[in-house]
Amino acid sequence: MSTPWQAVGARAGVSIRRARTYGFVFLAAGLSIFLLFAWGLPAGQTTTFVLHPGGASQAIPIPDLTLPSQTTLYILALLCVFLGGWQLARGFRRVNLVLSLIAGAFVIAFLTWAASGKSFNLTGLLNSALLRAVPIALAGLSGVLCERCAVINIAIEGMMLTGAFVAALMGSVAANVWKWPAPASLTFGLVSALMAGALLGLLLAVLAVRFKVDQIIAGTAINILATGITSFLSARILAEFQYLNNPGIFRPISLPLFSKIPIIGPVVFEQNILVYVMFVLLAAVHIMLFYTRWGLRTRAVGEHPRAADTLGVNVFRTRYINVTLGGMVAGLAGAFLILGSVGRFDELMTAGKGFIGLAAMIFGKWTPFGAFGAALIFGFADALQTKLAILAVPIPSQFLLMAPYLVTMIVLAGVIGEAIPPAADGQPYEKQ
Amino acid sequence: MAPVLELRGITKRFPGVLANDHISLTLEEGEIHALLGENGAGKTTLMNILYGLYRPDEGEIYVRGQRAEIRQPNDAIALGIGMVHQHFMLVPVFTVAENVMLGVESVRAGIFLDQEDAVRRIRQISEQYGLGVDPYAYIKTLPVGIQQRVEIIKLLYRQADILILDEPTAVLTPQEVEELFKILRALSSQGKSIIFITHKLKEVMAIADRITVLRNGRVVGTTTPAQTSEEQLAAMMVGREVLLRVEKRPAQPGEPVLRVENLQVYDDRGNLAVRGVSFEVRAGEVVGVAGVQGNGQTELVQALTGLRPAAGGRIFILDKDVTTASPRAILERGVAHVPEDRQKDGLVLSFPVADNLVLNTYYLPPFAQRGVLDREVILATAERRVREFDVRTPSVLTPVSSLSGGNQQKVIVAREFSRPIRLLIASQPTRGLDVGSIEYIHRRIIEKRDEGCAVLLVSPELDEVMNLSDRIAVMYEGQIQAILPAETATKEEIGLLMAGVRKEEVRATAG
Ligand SMILES: Nc1ncnc2c1ncn2[C@@H]1O[C@H](COP(=O)(O)OP(=O)(O)OP(=O)(O)O)[C@@H](O)[C@H]1O
Ligand SMILES: [Mg+2]
Repeated sequence: MSTPWQAVGARAGVSIRRARTYGFVFLAAGLSIFLLFAWGLPAGQTTTFVLHPGGASQAIPIPDLTLPSQTTLYILALLCVFLGGWQLARGFRRVNLVLSLIAGAFVIAFLTWAASGKSFNLTGLLNSALLRAVPIALAGLSGVLCERCAVINIAIEGMMLTGAFVAALMGSVAANVWKWPAPASLTFGLVSALMAGALLGLLLAVLAVRFKVDQIIAGTAINILATGITSFLSARILAEFQYLNNPGIFRPISLPLFSKIPIIGPVVFEQNILVYVMFVLLAAVHIMLFYTRWGLRTRAVGEHPRAADTLGVNVFRTRYINVTLGGMVAGLAGAFLILGSVGRFDELMTAGKGFIGLAAMIFGKWTPFGAFGAALIFGFADALQTKLAILAVPIPSQFLLMAPYLVTMIVLAGVIGEAIPPAADGQPYEKQ
Repeated sequence: MAPVLELRGITKRFPGVLANDHISLTLEEGEIHALLGENGAGKTTLMNILYGLYRPDEGEIYVRGQRAEIRQPNDAIALGIGMVHQHFMLVPVFTVAENVMLGVESVRAGIFLDQEDAVRRIRQISEQYGLGVDPYAYIKTLPVGIQQRVEIIKLLYRQADILILDEPTAVLTPQEVEELFKILRALSSQGKSIIFITHKLKEVMAIADRITVLRNGRVVGTTTPAQTSEEQLAAMMVGREVLLRVEKRPAQPGEPVLRVENLQVYDDRGNLAVRGVSFEVRAGEVVGVAGVQGNGQTELVQALTGLRPAAGGRIFILDKDVTTASPRAILERGVAHVPEDRQKDGLVLSFPVADNLVLNTYYLPPFAQRGVLDREVILATAERRVREFDVRTPSVLTPVSSLSGGNQQKVIVAREFSRPIRLLIASQPTRGLDVGSIEYIHRRIIEKRDEGCAVLLVSPELDEVMNLSDRIAVMYEGQIQAILPAETATKEEIGLLMAGVRKEEVRATAG
């Protein structure tokens, strides 16, 4: 039973406790910045943040940011303590916003400390974060499309893997066998991946909608199928004939003017076409979902399929279409891993990104931009962890791997609050 | 002129049930045609066939003299047929406008929703029939009475002229019923034809032009209010004489079983819904709580049954403080609860009847031994209860969701009444029940009373409260206005108290 009286509890004292907890968390953040980072740092050391990616970037060059490490950390610690004190004494109205601020301060403090006495390329970090976020965001978007009409798609992982394999194979065939020029062969690989994703989406839809198979089981079956087939074929074909696993990649395209903006330009506007496609898709799905007839019907089918049915909305058709589209987007996510990133297929290369995408969808409250935001945090954590390994930070690498996720979880739990899925999520619809 | 609608020989079978057995029915233009019948008589099934949700096994439908094939709701909508379902078909997280336009969206540039256009048309309809609905309100924030108007707007928005209303008054307060009737009369005077399903004979007599009675899936007869009486209708429905009044001996109250002291409870929005209520219910008496819905009765009952924390005050059951006790601890003290919303709080819809019958005792012997359920005992008990309480179901393994609304209610009553109990808390125990079942449940409540059980009865039906209670507490805005002995209380007096007039003033007006 959902508990509407949680709201009552909230008013009857729990909220006060929660508000207090926030205050203590803020204070603890300030204190840890002080104790863990600022303490024991040699005075006079500086941290340099490089704000230009270098190389062929068209961004207007701006000078590096050099900060006195210890002073910066003291300021950040004081900021947290001040916010914590204020929260305890007065309380913030938009406490979640403040929590994000604290998390941001903590991350900056961490970087300042880790790169103290060295220089650290911030644009590079952000760029890498975005690239790592793209497949997760696309996977999340695929989840949004499916779950908004109440079909749980746990098969995104398998769809991505299949999309990646097909993109690698078909792209290579077009480029290396048929000798098509690069744009055409890459596009061919991409379209093939989309088709493969769509086919798996359709398969899931048939299982879930027509045969009313348990959606988790249907999705798991598709994952196993995809893993098996791609591993087998990759061992048999791609490993044997290397030229079939070499489709090439989409080259970055600098958007005129936009790419000149410092920091943002090189991070966002010097990417390959698939990244731009992702942005367009996010906006398109957002608009479609909330401002069009298709979206209204999709959401109705996800919330109350019987009501939609009594008004003449075709529940089954809606689910078929959306899940197939969702499969396509998952195929795109897979294609990105190949054609927008590494340029070759490896067994199990999705490494759980499909599932992380589902998590991003949930954290993003089943909205496209919410899922993207969550994907960015995951991508950032991932990127940070690799960059820090390079900086040779004096803490155990296991902890390094863990820390960003800890921060992520705290922020998400605090900022996002209770996530409410579409009311009919996962339930097959029975026509009477 | 051909009737607006004619059903000929409609037959529908479900596994184990003949729900409709060659039903024929005509609906004339501008008439309000009441459809009466016991729980499970097949009324909803017939209407679902007319609306294209079920396919009939046999029979034909004629709309305005033309043979009609209604395969799906779209076909019905195209023929101008609209239906307000027994359980509302509204998306709670959508606005009124979104719900209304779903399926027939106004769009700009081919695909973009034009909410303003829908809002304009909803306002127009709302004004024309005096519905007073805010198109931008979210459904989940609206009281059921208003939700129902949204359902009616949905039909009018689609220009339906054959309107089907399946038990529209079951969830309404008497005031809301009056308003609904005004709306229906306005609609019929504009030439809309209405099929109106209800269990309340008074309503039928008040609003219907013609009445058709179903029993066991067959038409028993068609009549008009002028030619019949409530007693006659009741007999037609049930097939025997029905007592419309409850016969009971004077109460023999004993020790207090439930004692409430200065109880305060918050509602979902964090407002104080129960503001300092004190009363007691003694063994062997029925205390009725009268009041317009939404005056704190729901929250009061939830607090008494442990489903909602009390914000202040104390609750004693059999002299033990249970203010902070869990629902299970409370029911283990011998408290039975018939909840107000049967589908949400009373049943697990996807579970079979048998499991629902032991929902609060399954972990106790004889249903479980050392933590393992004994299916045989559970099934045998279920068979007995189903027979005893006359629950119409093909088998005890049928999921409760496929029972008719009234039979779902009987499952709850059967579960709660067949435990040894000291206190019965019943919220609208006869909501959606037919006259025969109401008679039966009322008799069982009085039997429980006479066995020495304390009964707290909450109902917006003034008749029910007055018929059953020994003492009547009237609630208004979270407080008890007065507690009156039932023998001397008059309907007018209680009506005034329910409307918020103070006790002293009521006496003054009366005297
Ligand atoms: N989907 C279904 N599957 C199986 N049996 C059903 C289904 N729907 C209804 N029935 C059965 O058909 C019979 C008629 O049910 P129906 O809902 O039409 O009754 P009703 O007259 O509307 O009763 P109530 O007044 O209680 O709502 C009942 O015995 C019910 O159990
Ligand atoms: Mg019914």
